[in-house]
Amino acid sequence: MPDLGPHANFILAAYGFTFAAVVALAFFIVADDRKQRQRLADLEAKGVRRRSAGAAREGKPARGRKS
Amino acid sequence: MPSLANPTRFLDLAGRLIPWLAALTATLFAVGLYLSFFVAPPDYQQGETVRIMFVHVPAAWLAMFGYALIAVASLGTLIWRHPLADVAAKAAAPIGATFTLIALVTGSLWGKPMWGTYWVWDARLTSMLVLFLLYLGLIALWQAIEEPGRAGRAAAILGLVGAINIPIIKFSVDWWNTLHQPASIVRLGGPTIDSSMLTALAVMAGAFTLLFVLLHLMAMRAEILRRRVLAMQQMQVEQAALAET
Repeated sequence: MPDLGPHANFILAAYGFTFAAVVALAFFIVADDRKQRQRLADLEAKGVRRRSAGAAREGKPARGRKS
Repeated sequence: MPSLANPTRFLDLAGRLIPWLAALTATLFAVGLYLSFFVAPPDYQQGETVRIMFVHVPAAWLAMFGYALIAVASLGTLIWRHPLADVAAKAAAPIGATFTLIALVTGSLWGKPMWGTYWVWDARLTSMLVLFLLYLGLIALWQAIEEPGRAGRAAAILGLVGAINIPIIKFSVDWWNTLHQPASIVRLGGPTIDSSMLTALAVMAGAFTLLFVLLHLMAMRAEILRRRVLAMQQMQVEQAALAET
C-alpha cells in the first residue's frame, strides 16, 4: 500500500464504504434469491404446479401469467 | 433477443452467465484496484485523493445508467408489455440506489479535503440527490402495490417522468455555475486526464459495469422466482377453494 498522504482517512473511508455497500447489496440479492428458491421448492413439494408448467406437460401453449 | 422474452429461457441463460460474470468481475476488480493504488500516480493538484475518483466516477456513471435502464424498461412495460420489462426495472432500482449512494458518499469524502466541505447545494450534487430520492420512490412504489402488474405500470410512469433528471445531471455542470468540475472524460475533444490515471479509471469502470450486470441478472432471477411463487400460491388458494365446493 503506498503512502496515502494527509488525507488517507478520506481515501480509505471512500473505498471502505464502497466495499461495505456492495457487499450488503450482494448479500441482500443472494439472500432474496435463495429465499424465493426455497419457497418455490416448498410449494412444489406440496404438489402445487404453475399453470404454464401443466400446459407444457400437456403440450399446450401456456395461458395467463407468463412468468 | 425474442427468446429472452421467455422468463424460463432467461433463467437458463442467467444461470449459465452468472458464474462466468462473477469470475470476470472479481478479476477486473483485482486488476483495477492494483492500478488504482500502485500504478496510477498522485494528481499534481489533488494529490493522493485522486484515488477516490476511481470508485466515485464509475459509481456515478452506473447510477445514471441504472436509471436510463429503468426508463427504457418502463417503455417496454407501457408500450410493448414485455414480460421481463418491469422485472428488469424493479431489479435495477435497489442496485441503482446503492450506486447513487456510493457516488454521493465518496464524492463528499473527496469534497471535504478538496473543497473544504462535505456538501454544497450545487446543481450536480443536488440533481444526484434527486436521483437517489427517485430510486427510493420507485422502491417504495413497488413495495406499496402488491399486484406486480399494477405496481409495474405505476412505477413505469414514475420511471419515465424521472428520466428527465438524467440529462439534467449530465449537463448541470455546463448549464449552471457549479463547484463540481465540468466533464473531464466523456466530452467533445476527448478526456483531459492523463492516460496513467485514465487506464485505472477505465478498468475500474469496466469492473463496476460487470458488477452492475451481475447483480442485475441475479436480482432479475430472484424477482422472476418471486412471481412464480405468487402465482403458485394463488393456484393453491384456488385449488383449496375448489376442493371445498
